[in-house]
Parts: sequence; structure tokens; C-alpha cells
Amino acid sequence: MIKTDVVIIGAGPVGLFAVHQLGIKGLKSEVIDNLDKAGGQCIELYPDKPIYDIPAVPECSGKSLTENLLQQIKPFSSNQHLNERVQEITEKNGSWIVKTNKDKIFVSPNIIIAGGVGSFEPRKLPLKELSKFEGKSVFYSVTDKTLFKNKKISIFGGGDSALDWALEFSKNSKVTLIHRRDEFRGAPHTLKELEKLKKTGKISIKTPFQINSINEGNDLKFIEIKNDNEKIEKIDTDILFGFFGLIMQLGPIAEWGLNMNKKTIEVNTENFQTNKPGIFAIGDICNYPGKLKLILSGFHEAALASVECFKRARPNEKYKFQFTTSSKEIQDRLGIKK
Amino acid sequence: MPKIKYIDQKGNSKTIDVENGLTVMEGAVQNNIPGIDADCGGSMACATCHVYVEDSWFNKIPKAEDAENDMIDMAYNPKKNSRLSCQIIVSDELDGLVVTTPEKQT
Repeated sequence: MIKTDVVIIGAGPVGLFAVHQLGIKGLKSEVIDNLDKAGGQCIELYPDKPIYDIPAVPECSGKSLTENLLQQIKPFSSNQHLNERVQEITEKNGSWIVKTNKDKIFVSPNIIIAGGVGSFEPRKLPLKELSKFEGKSVFYSVTDKTLFKNKKISIFGGGDSALDWALEFSKNSKVTLIHRRDEFRGAPHTLKELEKLKKTGKISIKTPFQINSINEGNDLKFIEIKNDNEKIEKIDTDILFGFFGLIMQLGPIAEWGLNMNKKTIEVNTENFQTNKPGIFAIGDICNYPGKLKLILSGFHEAALASVECFKRARPNEKYKFQFTTSSKEIQDRLGIKK
Repeated sequence: MPKIKYIDQKGNSKTIDVENGLTVMEGAVQNNIPGIDADCGGSMACATCHVYVEDSWFNKIPKAEDAENDMIDMAYNPKKNSRLSCQIIVSDELDGLVVTTPEKQT
């Protein structure tokens, strides 16, 4: 069990900046995120796309923004719990109990939900019958590649993951790579390698094809794929992979009894608290009149929420507003030596 | 104002006046058209505003750039006439455009 002043759900830019705003007020926080790294959408969806509307930063990338935020929160002893999803929130004796899918338990007077549009999960193939094979013969990620030797492997997708795994598995298995259009999106050397393996017959490439059906029964034996001209081909398959990137799913957040509006959480604009005292929502996931889904708005929301978090975590202390430029206390917390 | 017709998988349709300069995605979101999620807000980063453009219109609208096609690869059940509605900008030329939303976005 981990006791802390604030549990932050989501390690995107807004969640990270919340660590800072809490930290300068002397509050401890723990950050939980389902991805394997900090940065949220900035790192998962657009690490290299330029961003032009961060105040005083004329241009940066999602990656550099994340790196700078991590640098900025370094002085604070905040732990990141990555690859973990918050499953359950309950109340006990005026505190919030937060439980993750790995059974880690946090106790805190405050929870800040900075979850963007939810947690990132793999996108799946649009064929319902595949779900019963998931984890057995249908996969959307590779955790242990040694499990897939001497198999008949069909891979769907046209991006880097699909291509890289097609190349890797072709060393020990018969690989068919299936994509909805003729163009693949991959690093030049990967595309070259793919072309080579195609010529030597090591990899069979089927484009523009998409999944149409699979065999009946309890074991995956073959799949049928269809192209735009309704031509159907049958491919013997033991193992099927789909690599379509990640999608954001709201997940368990919807079940925490918060006032929701579509996929967003209603908050007041005074302190970004939800209908449950001590639970805050900031960044893309919060909703109020005039809300803009901008990183800069999320930073503002983090600052205001952190004030109310202070009042709840330190009920016997008086909150005093301070500037980083002049407050000795804040500068000490930042580890600045003068 | 140009009229855009949104049809869902059950065949229900809604026709909306959408201001020039807005995207087909914004037209849907602002008018509570279901079936277009637009999780990333229109930055071409998520493929959850995926629509099928009616064939007669598909070649009349400006072609998708590579980055959009790369993103459509990630969409749920993409077809030949798939587009991201956040990348279709409404203009007088698109008056009467018909798009169908997919069975689901994720």
C-alpha cells in the first residue's frame, strides 16, 4: 500500500505538469499510466509532429515536450507506475483507495484524473469471431517471440510494427503479410529488406486485401481474405497478428460514479473538481463550458487543481500563494542553490 | 451554407448545414452526429473520425495526403472510399456531400 498526497492518473503532459504544481506546494504524488513510457498522446500518437502553441516555446515536438517536462519535475520525489491501469476507486474513511490492474493499492485524499481520452489499448481486427482466439492464436502485440517458431503466421498491417515483425518471424516461420493497400509505411531499409524477402519467397505479401472470415471450430486453421474486387483467397494460418497501433479507450473511468458527458468528465472551473470531492479531472478528459482541448489549457487546470489538493491534503495549514521567482520555500523544493 | 449528409450503418441520415471552412468532422461533432468520435480533436492522429465518402463524391474532394492514408490503415474496417472526416474541409463545392459513418470507430 502506497500512501501519498495525490494520485495522478495519466502521465501525459498535463499529468506530468501536475506533479510540478503539486511539488512546488510541497505535496507528494504518484503517477500511474497504462503505457510503458511517460508522455501520453504526445509520445504515442505524435512524437515527431511539431507543436506550435506551447507558451514561450515557438516550436517543439511531442517527444521534446515530454522530455522537458520530465526534466522539470526531476526535483520532486514522484514515482511513475507505468504499464499499469487504474481499475477501481473506492472511498474509505474519507480517503480514496486506488487499485490498479496489477493489484497495487494507493491511499490518498486526492486523485487527479489526467487521462486524456482514456488508456491506450491495441486496435483489433473487425471480425467478431476472432475474439475467442485472442491470446491463443490471435495476438495484437508480441511479448515473447520465441513462442512463434515454425508456424504459419499471418500478419495484418502496413506500418513499422507489422513490417518489423514480418521480417523477424520470417526467419523461423512461414509469413504472409496482408495489407489493405499496396503502399507500406516503414523505414527505407525495412522496405528494402521486405522486397528482398518477397523475391526469394520468404514472405508472401497480399495487397490490397483485408480479412473476410476464418474457419469454424475451436482451433485457428485458416483465414480468408478479400480484396476490393471481391476476390477471396484462403491462407493456412496457425497464428494471426494484427498491428494497427493503439487506440484510446475510456475503460474503467466510466464506472467510478463521476458525472460524465460523452467521454469526458464534468468539472467546475474553480478547482477542476468533479462531483466527488477530492477527485479532479484535468486536460483533455475534463469538460466545462468553453473547454479547449489544448495542452496549455491543461497546464492551467493542473495549477488550479493543485491548490484544492493542498487544502485537502494539509487541512491544518493555510495555503499561501507564492511565486517561483521569489519564494525561498519553492526554490528549496526545486533544489536551487544560491 | 453547404449541406452535408451523414448516414449511419442502419441507414438513418441527418443533413446538416455546415459553415464553409469547418471540417466534416467538426460539422458532426458540433451537431451531435453520433458515430464520429474524433478523439484527437482533428490533429490526424487517431483515425476515430473515419467515414466512407459516397462514391460519386470520392473523386470530387481533394485527395488524401500520405499521412492521412497511413492513419486510415489504423481505422476500423477501412474501405476504398475511406477518409478521415477531420481532413475534409467544407466549401461550396462540397454542397450535398454524403458520408457514411462506420459500424464503430475503435
